[in-house]
Amino acid sequence: MNSAPLVIIGGGAAALCAAIAARQRGASVLLLEQAPRWQRGGNTRHSRNFRITHDITPLSLGIYSAAEFRADLDRATGTASNPALRQLLVDESATLTEWLAGAGVQLQPVTAGRVPPSRRTAFLRGGGTAMINALYARAAELGVMIRYDSAVTGLQFEDGRVIRVEVGRGAGAWSVTPAGVIVASGGAQANRNWWRERWGAAAAGVVNRGIPHADGAVLNLLLQQGAQAVGDPTQAYLVAVDARSPADDGGIVTRIRCMPRGLVVDAHGQRRYDEGGDTASTRYARWGQRLLQFPGQVGYLLLDARGLREAPPALVPPLRAPDLAVLAQQLKIPVPALRETVMAYNAAVQPPADAAQALNWHTVGLEPPKSRYALPLRERPFAAYPMRPGITFTYHGVGVDMHLRVLRSDGSSFENVWAAGMVMAPNIFSSGYVSGLALTISCVSGRLAGEQNPHL
Amino acid sequence: MIKVTNQITPETAVKKNNAQTPFSVAKGTPQNNPFSIEKGTPQQPTFEKKELGEFNSFEAQRVLNVCNICGYCNGFCDVFDAAQRRPALTTADLAHLAYLCHGCRNCLYACQYAPPHQFNINVPRTLTQMRQYSDALHVWPSALAGALRDSAHTALLLTGGAIALLLGLIWLLAPNTNASGFYRVVSLPVMIVLAVIPLSWSLLALTRSWRSYWHLTRPPTAVVTWRSLRLALQDVVLLRNLRGGGPGCNDVDERFSHLRRRLHQGLVIGVGLCFVATLTALFYHHALGWIAPYPIVSIPVLFGTSGGIGIVLTTSGLLWLKWHGDLTPTTRSAQNADVTILLVLMTVAVSGLALLIGRETAAMAILLALHLGGVSALFALLPYSKLVHVGYRMMALVIEQIERQSAHH
Repeated sequence: MNSAPLVIIGGGAAALCAAIAARQRGASVLLLEQAPRWQRGGNTRHSRNFRITHDITPLSLGIYSAAEFRADLDRATGTASNPALRQLLVDESATLTEWLAGAGVQLQPVTAGRVPPSRRTAFLRGGGTAMINALYARAAELGVMIRYDSAVTGLQFEDGRVIRVEVGRGAGAWSVTPAGVIVASGGAQANRNWWRERWGAAAAGVVNRGIPHADGAVLNLLLQQGAQAVGDPTQAYLVAVDARSPADDGGIVTRIRCMPRGLVVDAHGQRRYDEGGDTASTRYARWGQRLLQFPGQVGYLLLDARGLREAPPALVPPLRAPDLAVLAQQLKIPVPALRETVMAYNAAVQPPADAAQALNWHTVGLEPPKSRYALPLRERPFAAYPMRPGITFTYHGVGVDMHLRVLRSDGSSFENVWAAGMVMAPNIFSSGYVSGLALTISCVSGRLAGEQNPHL
Repeated sequence: MIKVTNQITPETAVKKNNAQTPFSVAKGTPQNNPFSIEKGTPQQPTFEKKELGEFNSFEAQRVLNVCNICGYCNGFCDVFDAAQRRPALTTADLAHLAYLCHGCRNCLYACQYAPPHQFNINVPRTLTQMRQYSDALHVWPSALAGALRDSAHTALLLTGGAIALLLGLIWLLAPNTNASGFYRVVSLPVMIVLAVIPLSWSLLALTRSWRSYWHLTRPPTAVVTWRSLRLALQDVVLLRNLRGGGPGCNDVDERFSHLRRRLHQGLVIGVGLCFVATLTALFYHHALGWIAPYPIVSIPVLFGTSGGIGIVLTTSGLLWLKWHGDLTPTTRSAQNADVTILLVLMTVAVSGLALLIGRETAAMAILLALHLGGVSALFALLPYSKLVHVGYRMMALVIEQIERQSAHH
């Protein structure tokens, strides 16, 4: 290679879209993926769909306008720290499916009748790992140099420019002089130290749903160099997962979903929230946040035999017991407390006029109430899913301008550093979530960052 | 079984969990975690131990249960929707899913939980093992399950035996100078006996095996309609489940291709042409009284030759794919069974073509022994080799079409 390469730090959707877009414009591109090859792709490995503005398309139902996308974001995630960038994302999402298809990514038409029908998002055939495979194949085909197991450990700056990228540790360490750097290294959601600093002892009770490599190391390097911090460093997107999940990389299958069918109690056997209050998919995240506040960060979803029949399949079967006392012993919950909670609940259950409508069963005079699906817990055996908060991503990143150039805290920008994907997503949202947003941000910002290459 | 990783790097180690709860996070304190995934599996498998044999259908159940929760792969083939309709994943369900799976391998490379991930989800291999298990379960007579399991030796024994038998007959019996062509060496009644006996036995065995599978896997209320049969046949011809939803299979690695699908279709056509050639020859002989060998420009010779060439080319291609393919999505024994039957088909085709070329020469007798022996062994091998899959797959496709239709109503 004659000229200095554009170095892309990261190996997920944002990094790959950036690599492909830059390479298509003639840049020589070096992509540094921290993970080993089998685990390449960041948390895109675990994703499935992405949100797009669209007209009539075979990939989604109906029409989803830019205005509606924008309104959904404003409602679910509050105002953006960079509203213009949010608008850019929404507008650019309109051409995303075409661009990805051109890069070899397989999308799944809704006409196949197989994906969960979606108006706001398009689905990847085979999910995120299939997408990652396609993008790596295209990148390699275009001549992007790809290095796995290559963690960036240092960035040397001179006069607002990166002049050296240091890779690896110990004997395997090497470095490269880049023409420019696109940072697409994701958030800090796998970094236990990061959790501990923010949440103290509660950090020990949290599970990482994604790959173990998202340690935020490069984000920290940029912040140390005076990059502008954006987002909320204290918060993370959490969902309720089975407490028996692996510490990392459990992905989508560890979620516990059927709270409306049962009761959720803490380690003392006490109910804390209305289990029937939210029956939409937003409940996963709501319970994730709540569990962080539970003693020991653990909660138990109690079901009776009826609830169990209605529950969707789960990764690990629930704990079962012939009666509540045995179940309480298994869960190490005080037996009288659990018994009292369930008896009080059963006594408060009020059948609706049409008893067949499970939705309309609710409690009367119970605090907290259960406002929907409040059927009595009577049928044996009883069962419980232990739950913990599972971290999905963090809301902490670096500020970027409209060209995705990384900003410094004084408002100027680094000359040859761009950011894409979850490391800059907090410019667009820093609370809440809507489905398919992360992948859209990653692909759109990756593509745009790759296209900004005055450094060539 | 899922293995919980215990590797902890200093900077990511989780502090010892506060002991209020038995549900510690797996990585930090596996020893204090009585409900780790490893131990969380229920004690009672739903199947009897005896029924399991060497295959662990509990493992197949675990794998497909993960698929039922995830669901990302449902655009690749029919297996994943069919599995969602069968959340209990009983032996019958798994036997059905195993044959609905055509082994395109897309779902392995697309899986975020594929090995070396600790969840160790490898659907193509798991269903390959299930097919092997199911085949052994349904083989008739059941005493011959071993013959099927070790189809390489069975094939070698049968093919070698049949060829040796023919060579022996040719050597023992003096040439019939009154007859012409092939019948000079082996009389027609002997030929017929060598074909009809193994073929009748095999048809009986296949009927028993396939019937037993049908009774196990068909949905209790299934009504076979002409429409479902037609659609299933279309799936067979197009090999729709080998298309990965469009871009093709992972024939040898992560890359997509339609090569294996095309080769398989070509092989079926080749075998079909040879079959037509044989039937036509029988018709010529018995109905029209035309005695073989037939001229080059005749249906038996033209069809037989093109079919034979087709078989040689497609079996070579398939063997090439087996040779270069990744073993991760399959098992060594399944691979051996595939290679075995491809080699038998190739032997029959090559010896048939050689016979055509050498039928006027002194080598004719030996070539005839090779070809007839090969054909005879092939017939005998139908229920005790990979070829048995034909019926199982067709039934799985019919059941799938029936279920899809009833889902639409």
